[in-house]
Amino acid sequence: VPSGPARMGTADVTESGTPDVLAFLDAQAAAARDAATIAELDAIEIVVLGRARGALTGALKELAALPIDARRARGRELNARKAEFETLFERRRAELAAAGAASDHPDDLSMPPRRIWHGTRHPVTVVIDDVVAIFRELAFAVAQGPEIENEQRNFTALNFPPDHPALDMHDTLYLDAREDGGERLLLRTHTSPVQIRVMQAGPPPYRVVIPGTAYRNDPFDASHAPAFSQIEGLAVDERISFVDLKATLTVFARRFFRHDVRVRFRPSFFPFTEPSAEMDVSCAICGGAGCPACKGSGWMEILGCGMVHEQVLRNCGVDPERFTGWAFGMGPHRMAMVRYAIPDIRLLFGGDMRLLAQFGQRP
Amino acid sequence: VNASRRWLEALLRRPLRSDDLSARLAMLGAPVDIVEPVGADLSAFVVGLVTEARPHPNADKLRVTTVDDGSGTLWNVVCGAPNVVAGGRYPFARIGTVMPGGMVIEKRKLRGEPSEGMLCSARELGLGDDHDGLLALDTDAAPGTALLDVLDAGDERLVIDVTPNRGDLLGHVGIARELGASLGVQFRLPEIPGETGVEVAGPARYGDEAPVGGVRLAIEDRAGCRRFLAATIRGLRVGPSPAWLRNRMVAVGSRSINNVVDATNYIMHELNQPMHAYDVSQLHGPTIVARAARSGEFVVTLDGVRREMPEGALVIADADRVIGVAGVMGGRDTEVRESTTDILLECAWFDPVRVRRSRRALGLATDASHRFERGTDRWGAVDALRRCIRLVLAVAGGALDGGAVDCFPEPGHPARIFLRPTRVAQMLGVSLSIDAIEKCLLAIGATVVAKPGDDRIAVGVPGWRSDLVSEIDLVEEVARIHGYDRLPAELRPFRPGLRDDDASWSAADRLRTALTACGLSEVVTMPMVGGGSGGLRIVNLVSADHAELRQQLLPSLVREVEANWSRRTADVRLFEVGTAFSGAEAVPSEAMHVAFVVTGARAPHHWTDGGKGRDWDRWDAIAIFEDLVALAHPDAKVQVDGSRWIAIAGEDGTVGSCGPCDADAPPWAAPLFGGEVRVVPAVAAVGPFVPLPVFPPVVRDITVGIGVGHPVAALLDLLGSRGRRDALETVAVVDEYRGHGVPAGRRNVTLRLVFRAADRTLTDAEVERTMQRLRGALERERDITVHPT
Repeated sequence: VPSGPARMGTADVTESGTPDVLAFLDAQAAAARDAATIAELDAIEIVVLGRARGALTGALKELAALPIDARRARGRELNARKAEFETLFERRRAELAAAGAASDHPDDLSMPPRRIWHGTRHPVTVVIDDVVAIFRELAFAVAQGPEIENEQRNFTALNFPPDHPALDMHDTLYLDAREDGGERLLLRTHTSPVQIRVMQAGPPPYRVVIPGTAYRNDPFDASHAPAFSQIEGLAVDERISFVDLKATLTVFARRFFRHDVRVRFRPSFFPFTEPSAEMDVSCAICGGAGCPACKGSGWMEILGCGMVHEQVLRNCGVDPERFTGWAFGMGPHRMAMVRYAIPDIRLLFGGDMRLLAQFGQRP
Repeated sequence: VNASRRWLEALLRRPLRSDDLSARLAMLGAPVDIVEPVGADLSAFVVGLVTEARPHPNADKLRVTTVDDGSGTLWNVVCGAPNVVAGGRYPFARIGTVMPGGMVIEKRKLRGEPSEGMLCSARELGLGDDHDGLLALDTDAAPGTALLDVLDAGDERLVIDVTPNRGDLLGHVGIARELGASLGVQFRLPEIPGETGVEVAGPARYGDEAPVGGVRLAIEDRAGCRRFLAATIRGLRVGPSPAWLRNRMVAVGSRSINNVVDATNYIMHELNQPMHAYDVSQLHGPTIVARAARSGEFVVTLDGVRREMPEGALVIADADRVIGVAGVMGGRDTEVRESTTDILLECAWFDPVRVRRSRRALGLATDASHRFERGTDRWGAVDALRRCIRLVLAVAGGALDGGAVDCFPEPGHPARIFLRPTRVAQMLGVSLSIDAIEKCLLAIGATVVAKPGDDRIAVGVPGWRSDLVSEIDLVEEVARIHGYDRLPAELRPFRPGLRDDDASWSAADRLRTALTACGLSEVVTMPMVGGGSGGLRIVNLVSADHAELRQQLLPSLVREVEANWSRRTADVRLFEVGTAFSGAEAVPSEAMHVAFVVTGARAPHHWTDGGKGRDWDRWDAIAIFEDLVALAHPDAKVQVDGSRWIAIAGEDGTVGSCGPCDADAPPWAAPLFGGEVRVVPAVAAVGPFVPLPVFPPVVRDITVGIGVGHPVAALLDLLGSRGRRDALETVAVVDEYRGHGVPAGRRNVTLRLVFRAADRTLTDAEVERTMQRLRGALERERDITVHPT
């Protein structure tokens, strides 16, 4: 590091007698980058860009003496160098000024840093992603299907008898439109019609999870919404039994909630599964002692499940004596409300930045 | 359904605790939603022992007593009851106790004597009308014992969530049968208080028609009414029900009406068989017939509403008119009233589907329709009628006119099903012994014939379980009674499926990743929007805010921005990945869309900005949009369209657009930009790897003068196509200048050209020749001037 600004000396003169100004400039650039004070930097600037005796200024003046071809190339090179030096001096001067200010009046490093916006996935998407990730580990793939369906796939193929009270659990929204074949179209009341599509598309084994939106003719209030998310699962193969259902869903519950969560299966009814069950987990809030969140029972209802009804398999062309399977369905909206203690489902259908921005990864 | 704990105790003949009942019922498939106390809450009252009773010095009718409530303190209590005696035990309300009427017991003085609590009468506790004196407790329980522990009073109502397949659980007997299986006891019907011991013979069996105590009973619609039983009782007295019956009605949440109606309701709640009583004097004919409604018929139902009968609906009629909607509600003209002395009790099996259709057509759901819809016990109807007759005779008097009759034209029998233990093992994953299976089936009331050497069990389904029709139904019953919790939960080997993730799911995931990386937050908006935009209409949704399906996501996002503005949130960055619908063609369609909006600060405000951070602008918006198009619709090209950008993809046409958004913005709001793209679930191939350059680049800037209306993109295209042969690697816009020194309507644009050859270091002379050529090409374009370097 030169202790002071150099002048071009004899050592820099080439054999031809032309001082190698470019090499000199390189050295000065290095010196400028290392300059420790503004005064030092000023001195270098005079040596390079000084109006009277600056090396670069001089070299530019000498251009006129060169033959036209050489002049053009050399001129371009020197002008580029000049621009580089101007930038270099400006930047280094600012750095030294800041450093100088810091040594006299140190910066307050407790001042807030400069941040960027962090985008966020919706809390319901986060729940769905988590569920899908767990089932992916268990060799499930994601299947999807349309939200507009017909009665055949939404009800009939799923073993809903016509005029049966089970239909009351599905207050259906009908569209002002029909299929090509004339069948009435509706908004699917659950993601289960995708089970039918999966099974009709090819032979078992099936191992799929199906996240999606479902629709019911419910009021839009704190605990209901006419559109809501569901995630459905289906596993069909030879030698699949209720034990597999219990085992797989227990693994899921322990991964999704806590490893020490207690799980119980109790009988229930769905037209498309038999035997049918509800899966409860010990209440996340009270741990099972009973609290208002679990209505004192110590349990929280998480999902409905069951062995795929043999009639559903038959409806899809799958031999129920050879193949058996299980299925489940759960509500990510409700799971997100429980997980994040969100009291009103309508908050999950709004775009309040103050709420949504809470669900990002903390950097 | 509402169940009374006391009623279940009477059936199972043992004290029950509601928390234990709830736990057992949950594991049997009938979870208890809520347990609510019936009547006043008496849990604060205790047994008080009167140790001393002496006359009040200042009042003849009052007594001063000393009460031991087990607390160690003896209380001075003034009491007006004539029957208070020393040594007696009475309900005691300590200071602070809230009485059923809402009054709080306080320490006060009565005619100069302090009174520190209250001894209570039955009426004060809401336990009856007896106000003659204190409720003397027939107990030797220690003072301070909770009153409810010594008094058979107070009930709890269990609100049970019964699944639609289990109609049998809509009566207390059904619930008691399930609990009995769990507790290992058999239920027994409780005795009817006040019964005189009259024997009621079984009804005589008929076909379609029978005489019953001077009334003609007939079935004209055999499919709708498969069994029709009746009895005529004459000379009874309609009046208030006895207290025990009233309490039962209150406990299940019913109103007590009169002794006859309460008796029929009692049978419904006990045996799950709805019953109806008609005033015989009002029956024309006198006839009662189950038939299909004829065109134009109507009935004024018990609730006073005139109801037109849908043609073909199953009705009960007399000789001239409809007198009831079968299985739903009776008619007002023939109802039992105070003056009634002769009744006809009806007990029938109505077809669930027919009842359901009537109920839906009339919009009239009742306790009876709820039960008939879920299937009642065709074979248990006889016992229900006999018990109802005994009950009516006990509470309202009168006498049977002739015997009961039973029109059962096609008797048949409940289902018989074969069950293979191997099928049980296949479904449940564990082998249960034949003994264990039979035990489960017997517990639900089935009959079992296992033939030795046969691999099947023949199972006779009980009449009340019309939901059990095939083998798999029995497998479920075995699992349920055996206990789901006793089946193992061991993870066994499985074959993975052979499907890839659905492409649209992967596409949505990539879009979310890209947009969150840009700092945007995902929102989920309601897919139904207000009407009037020409979207696909929903036929039966009442709310005008959700009358049709959205065709685009962006308008909903703009509404959310406005909502944020109204909350004084200025910085909004939202995106949504969701379904948009089209009803434009004859058959509606749906597609995944992605949309975004940005307004306000480009980054969180920082103090070095001095309060002047940069806002999102159109150049940010188009960058996001171009990224989205590349991910969502790789085939599409983005181009300028007036003051917006659009994405066009071959035959799909316009698949996206981006630009400023119209919104109802407050004056302080920053500009709002947004865009939307239809997603095709295809993946743009990434790769292959491009070898890294070995030779250095040569950089040249060039400044051109160009009209403001002349797209720079055309210029970039021109340079790109002309320069590619000559090692032009990239062209970038580095500056645009308008204003002083540049004519109005024109601008200077500086472009930076980077040249690089893959195989050598470019010489200055080479690059200069190329630059000359490119300059020449630009200069030949209309409206472009190239500034000298």
